[in-house]
Amino acid sequence: MPDQLLFAIEVTLNGLMAGVLYALVALGFVLIFKASGIFNYAQGVMALFAALTLVGIMDGQVPFEHLINAVFGTDIHGFGWEVPALLAILLTMVVMIAFAWAVNWIVLRHLVGQEPIILFMATIGLAYFLEGLGDMMWGADIKTLDVGLPQGINTTIDEATFNMFGYGFFIDNLDITATIIAAVLVAVLVAFSQYTKQGRALRAVADDHQAALSVGISLNFIWVLTWSIAGFVALVAGIMWGAKSGVQFSLSLIALKALPVLMLGGFTSIPGAIVGGLIIGVGEKLFEFLIGPLVGGATENWFAYVLALIFLVFRPQGLFGERIIERV
Amino acid sequence: MLYREAGDFKTTYREDSQTFPIRLDRTAYFLILAVAALFVPFVINDYWLNAVLLPFLIYAIAAMGLNILTGYCGQVSLGTGAFMAVGAYACYKLMTAFPDINIAIHIVLSGFITAGVGMLFGLPSLRIKGFYLAVATLAAQFFLVWLFNRVPWFYNYSASGQINAPERTLAGFRITGPETQAWAVYLFCLVFVVASAWICRNLTRGAMGRKWMAIRDMDIAAEIIGVNPLRAKLSAFGVSSFFVGISGALFFSVYLGAVEVGEAFGINKSFLVLFMVIIGGLGSILGSFLGAAFMVLLPVLLKNVLVGGLGWPTDLAAHLEYMIVGGLIIFFLIVEPHGLAQLWRITKEKLRLWPFPH
Repeated sequence: MPDQLLFAIEVTLNGLMAGVLYALVALGFVLIFKASGIFNYAQGVMALFAALTLVGIMDGQVPFEHLINAVFGTDIHGFGWEVPALLAILLTMVVMIAFAWAVNWIVLRHLVGQEPIILFMATIGLAYFLEGLGDMMWGADIKTLDVGLPQGINTTIDEATFNMFGYGFFIDNLDITATIIAAVLVAVLVAFSQYTKQGRALRAVADDHQAALSVGISLNFIWVLTWSIAGFVALVAGIMWGAKSGVQFSLSLIALKALPVLMLGGFTSIPGAIVGGLIIGVGEKLFEFLIGPLVGGATENWFAYVLALIFLVFRPQGLFGERIIERV
Repeated sequence: MLYREAGDFKTTYREDSQTFPIRLDRTAYFLILAVAALFVPFVINDYWLNAVLLPFLIYAIAAMGLNILTGYCGQVSLGTGAFMAVGAYACYKLMTAFPDINIAIHIVLSGFITAGVGMLFGLPSLRIKGFYLAVATLAAQFFLVWLFNRVPWFYNYSASGQINAPERTLAGFRITGPETQAWAVYLFCLVFVVASAWICRNLTRGAMGRKWMAIRDMDIAAEIIGVNPLRAKLSAFGVSSFFVGISGALFFSVYLGAVEVGEAFGINKSFLVLFMVIIGGLGSILGSFLGAAFMVLLPVLLKNVLVGGLGWPTDLAAHLEYMIVGGLIIFFLIVEPHGLAQLWRITKEKLRLWPFPH
């Protein structure tokens, strides 16, 4: 096979892996949007916050230590212990649930019945708040996250492809792990929403708020539940991205890419989020590979958005979204 | 007892439909203008100019622009930063290509160029709405910033990739470049601000503004009563981008002088202006000023109190600022979705009835 084609295949494979990560973040958006009609801009920052919290707990940092030091003149530098990854993940999950609860009681409860765009802007405010809070709690420096996921080049694939084509594909173990975890996560979510009582309640709320209320489903509980699940998805996404490129502010910008993914896949569809993520992942990598060198590179910054924009003009509801019907 | 319409008799239709129907408002308006134009230039110094007044004036123009689009026409845009960048780069190209032409003309022209670009990116608004559109404007944000970063023609092939404002004078006074006179720069911007506010205020209370508001309140109903959504939305994008472009041009040429596009006009700038509009008041020209003042003063104040007063490290103060801004956005959306301007409106109502509120 010609080299160029082999490169393209490798790029496509890597794009698929990146797409899985986009899909992971997009999944969190879809969950919240379906259950409460809120377009949660803060999802990306939630992933960042979850990753920061995880690193902070694992390293035994004292929350707000910079603040405490500045206010009381003390000199605290961590508890001096290290928490095992699994326990830290559980603790982070507790934090994310507390966050979900706080968001519902402090913010969303007061905004019920507002226009979607007001809610959207409120989540932008939430994103800012959370960004400041995360940095305030754990410090703004770039952190490495290592929860023991396999990393580095997958030698089996490298050797197998080398023997077959004479060119070894570079595929990161981490990406493969991410793909497997994402697949499991989606399977679990689907099973949860199909076969458990709470999952059915969740789908009922997503379908019709008032009908759900009338059969005795607690909206407040369901919303806290949805935000908690979104927090969990954010945590998984945060771990993956954090392990890949370090826990830092740009994480929330990468997570912004989930927005075009959603627009492509449709806001209300879980399969849409996944297919959209894969399309964007492959699309931007291939575009960068084929067209990028001609126009100066770094096209990954905008390709996803422009693709989604062009796509939307022809199909406003996305690939799998419900048809938008407007009534006066 | 002062704030009354009573006794202020209107004898012509013109007087009846004036912007400030209450005499005290009119007086206050002219008083503020007089102070801004005749008193401030004599006491201004470089610190006040660069830390407070110039950002306030320039952001006020941007906020007015975005307010037309978001507050009056209901189309949320997250691409303000990029449109400011269009204004800045248009101004730069014009300034270097035609050095003999007056800089004021360049700035207005960059406004028109930005209006064109804005209308182009406004086209999808005819098909998509709400947050779909908000995300679509992100495309403008990332694409335009990338374009200005990667295509050397835009920064005249300079080695650093930055654009630097060449030295220009207006009526013999240096406006851009190093060694400017503070009062001249201030007056130059003030003229643009006053003119923009005047145009915006009159556009929004005329036929065009009513069409925008009809589209905002319910687009289908507006279409049925005969508002052309194509024209209304595109004109909102055009007018809005015009002012955003002017503010971007001023931001680059007069305020910063040297610009690196990703840093100066990144997505954070878009949010900053959006926050000004939300906090100041959606659908209010006064609100744009209040919001701009608030968002410019808040960091200065926090910095002075926390870093200067309490001796905190700067990064902590910056994080706290994020939290406060985010919290305030949520607070305003919950308590008063129409922002500071609405508080002012309520105060005025109370004042008119005082001391007999029933």
